Amino acid sequence: MGLDIRWPIGLLFSLVGLLMTIYGIATNGDAAMYHRSLDININLIWGIVLLIFGVFMLLMANRHKNDPGSPDRK
Amino acid sequence: MQVALSWLDYLILLTYTGFVVGIGFALKKYMKSSSDFLTSGRSLPTWVTGLAFISANLGALELVGMAASGAKYGIIQANFYWVGAIPAMVFLAVFMMPFYYGSKARSVPEYLKMRFDERVRTLNSISFAVMTVFSSGISMNALAKLLHLLLGWNYNISLWICSAVVLLYVLKGGLTSAIYTEVLQFFMIVLGFAPVVYLGLKDVGGYHAMTELLKGVATNPASLHLREAGITYRPDAWTSVWKPLLAGPAYNTMGVDWFAMVFGLGFVLSFGYWCTNFLVVQRAMAARNMTAARNTPLVASVPKMFFPALVILPGMIAVALMAIPDKGYRIPAPILDNAVYAKAMAVVAADASAPADQAFNDVSAAVGKKMDAAKVAALVKDYAANPLPPDVFQDRLWNAVAEYDYDGTILSLVKRYCPPGLLGLALTGLLASFMSGMAGNVTAFNTVWTYDLYQAYFAPNRSDSHYMRMGQMMTVVGILLSIACAYFASLYNNAMDVIQLVFAFVNAPLFATFVLGMFWKRTTGTGAFLGLIFGTAASCVVHAVTISEGNPPGMKGGYLGVLHTFPSEMAQNFWLAICAFLICLILTAGISLATQRTKSDEELKGLVYSLTPKIRDEGTPWIQRPAVLGTVLIAVCVLLNFIFR
Repeated sequence: MGLDIRWPIGLLFSLVGLLMTIYGIATNGDAAMYHRSLDININLIWGIVLLIFGVFMLLMANRHKNDPGSPDRK
Repeated sequence: MQVALSWLDYLILLTYTGFVVGIGFALKKYMKSSSDFLTSGRSLPTWVTGLAFISANLGALELVGMAASGAKYGIIQANFYWVGAIPAMVFLAVFMMPFYYGSKARSVPEYLKMRFDERVRTLNSISFAVMTVFSSGISMNALAKLLHLLLGWNYNISLWICSAVVLLYVLKGGLTSAIYTEVLQFFMIVLGFAPVVYLGLKDVGGYHAMTELLKGVATNPASLHLREAGITYRPDAWTSVWKPLLAGPAYNTMGVDWFAMVFGLGFVLSFGYWCTNFLVVQRAMAARNMTAARNTPLVASVPKMFFPALVILPGMIAVALMAIPDKGYRIPAPILDNAVYAKAMAVVAADASAPADQAFNDVSAAVGKKMDAAKVAALVKDYAANPLPPDVFQDRLWNAVAEYDYDGTILSLVKRYCPPGLLGLALTGLLASFMSGMAGNVTAFNTVWTYDLYQAYFAPNRSDSHYMRMGQMMTVVGILLSIACAYFASLYNNAMDVIQLVFAFVNAPLFATFVLGMFWKRTTGTGAFLGLIFGTAASCVVHAVTISEGNPPGMKGGYLGVLHTFPSEMAQNFWLAICAFLICLILTAGISLATQRTKSDEELKGLVYSLTPKIRDEGTPWIQRPAVLGTVLIAVCVLLNFIFR
């Protein structure tokens, strides 16, 4: 199929990761909010994880942009 | 049980929805023929079909149900993965995919037509089509109910909006859309729930601390109201997979014997589902070549093997948390009606000066559930001293209920640990899996209807664009039928239980038909057809004359008399499947020998093992050879079983 699924995956998780990271930075030190996540700023940490994953997917998609397909393509 | 979502949570939810609809529109221009729409034009890479394969199976009900079972039974539930899935997935990849993919069949029923005849195909396609519509309806009903309970959304609006989103992207992008969103959902679920599991595990003090806590629970499960008073298990009942199972049905939380587990679940039910269910096999059929198709279930089995950490572990964490009183956690109680609260409030007020046990009995009767004696006594005492406001009263009464709504386990953990942001991510994962579950069922339904029923009976030899339009129309019809089934499920809960029971009867003998058909060229159409019918009938009969301990004869079996009592419902189900399978196997073989073959060796080429040239994959690198990969995967699976024995 013409659309490489890695583009939407990469974009979605970069975007959500970015949102969570920014929110995590903005709310850093909000003890009341992060009490439930055991005093860990989970938004910041997990936002960065999602961002890394998203960017990795985008890089993979970009690398295979001009690929006609892997060798086993029929 | 309600949670309030912040703007960020809504934003994450909307972003996801925007993306899935966007994928549908982006794929629209590639939908040129019915095969593009219904079978993805056999063009997708392995990792995509592999993740979709596992995603189609990891429905939201599984996510909710596995955490529930993790709490109820403990790690023994992992048998549904390590025994009840991996071997069958490897078998599908190595031995069965060559026939499904190589025969160019567009669906599993179509393979049955090529191998046997039109009767077998019709039987299978009708039961499958009905089943997909119902399971999609059941899951949508659960979704709308959940959104209502958790977020206070209107049942009707959630049901129709979620269905409309699914309709939009499936109608635009067909099977490819469904598969792509399944891949998206896979990552959403894994990345959304992993932090919740991590936080839960950290909260109980790590895996080792959790097992220590669960050992205490296992020897006295009544202390947490997990079992009736007096029932005790071995200390490792919640934390070992094999030792309690090998000790016998009385010693493990499921009440099953190892033979029923290995043969009934691990062979009959598991092979019957993974190797014959078109919903999952369709994903592998969409792969771009034979190697990719065969490797699809193998790619899928890697995450499948480790899913217990994501879906069963939360249930075990929940029980361990309850064993630490300071944590103030409990698995939620069943929802009570407002009328029940009003009635209970009157009773509590009236019994202010009554003896403690009388007050306890009165309150239990008013609520209609088992209650915790100490909490009821405290509530009555506090209420007598100073009448509590209704919301505080309701909260305390609900907390005093000594029964659990196990299906609420996973969400109660999400609610406990997720701040705004992460909450949106986890809920989006859950919503995503409900929606992609519907999409998966609908795409399987429209293919089976269009190719196996419509093209076969109503309009053969029409143009391809005619079938494409039919496929699109059936997408709409499938979604409308699912919605109808969702309403039906919400109104007639008991009828739904009967329907699911019937599906279990139909599915139990299925693998016998396939295994004989694929590996014995002598199997005839008549043998397969009658074998299937009598196999299904056999499971009805076995169900009618057996019962499990503690159940009265009726819906749960034994309504024609009780010849045998199983220690648990699960044992009854496993043995039922074993009986149906064996009867189908014997009858199919017997009738086949007594009837004439209708297909020559030449016609069966590519459909039966002994008549199909072996696939030579010496040319492919070893890392892509299904037999090699399958062996490695089985070895890892055995290792996991050994570690958690």
